[in-house]
Amino acid sequence: MIAGPLTVVGTGLASASYAVPANIAFAVIAAVMVYSAFRVVTTENVVHAALYLVLVLAGVAANFILLGAEFVGVTQVLVYIGAVIVLFLFGIMLTRAQMGADESVAKERRAMAALVGVILAGVMTFALIDSFEDVEINRLEPSTTAEISDSIFRNYIVPFEAVSVLLLAALIGAIVIARKE
Amino acid sequence: MLLNQFLLLAVVLFCLGVYGVLARRNGVMVLMSIELILNAVNINLVAFAAIEGSIGGEVFALFVIAVAAAEVGIGLALVLLLYRNTRSIDFSEVDAMKG
Repeated sequence: MIAGPLTVVGTGLASASYAVPANIAFAVIAAVMVYSAFRVVTTENVVHAALYLVLVLAGVAANFILLGAEFVGVTQVLVYIGAVIVLFLFGIMLTRAQMGADESVAKERRAMAALVGVILAGVMTFALIDSFEDVEINRLEPSTTAEISDSIFRNYIVPFEAVSVLLLAALIGAIVIARKE
Repeated sequence: MLLNQFLLLAVVLFCLGVYGVLARRNGVMVLMSIELILNAVNINLVAFAAIEGSIGGEVFALFVIAVAAAEVGIGLALVLLLYRNTRSIDFSEVDAMKG
């Protein structure tokens, strides 16, 4: 099929008809993510923190899809929301530890940590705005799973095998560490 | 869409994660904050892959996801071991090797 200029406009990810809804979606998702991430690091209830973390991870997956990385987005949902959060909930369930005993130490630590975070955010924000002021993302179409698998098994086969060995080592290591004597 | 909107969102997530790692004392919460940091990095990787038009950044994000899963498994096993030995997962009480 011959794609003329008229059919190309309005189908690509960077086209004008896509830009406005994409930006609105990004704004909504980003607001939810920032609020949820804030609650993750501030809420006293550990289970609530895990559930807010689900919102953040889902927002990250939505960002991947906005960026045209569909396979990474789906993997994010499967691995993080499907597996990692369940691990966290198991960890919370198995360690019913008491929280919030020493408030004075906690307050001091919190102030210092907030200072570090704010300074870091300021420096990085300045550097990013200075470097990538008006760079537009104009990707024409999303990446396909075939491209990703080609890339993994052609260019990144050695890191892929290394990751598989790492996962095996982590599996055995977790069993050895957590096993009762 | 601007590249910077994704990068600045990642900056916010990263700094909230750093705050969580530094301020939290509960071991499970520290691990959750590390997940926030890793996800911020993944947004950066995928955003730059979209800018470059290359697939390498996305593949690397997949590797980061795999390593993060391994890290959570080992980290939670360690927290579990800590809880079994001390009946507490407060990281500020873990000072046996403090000089």
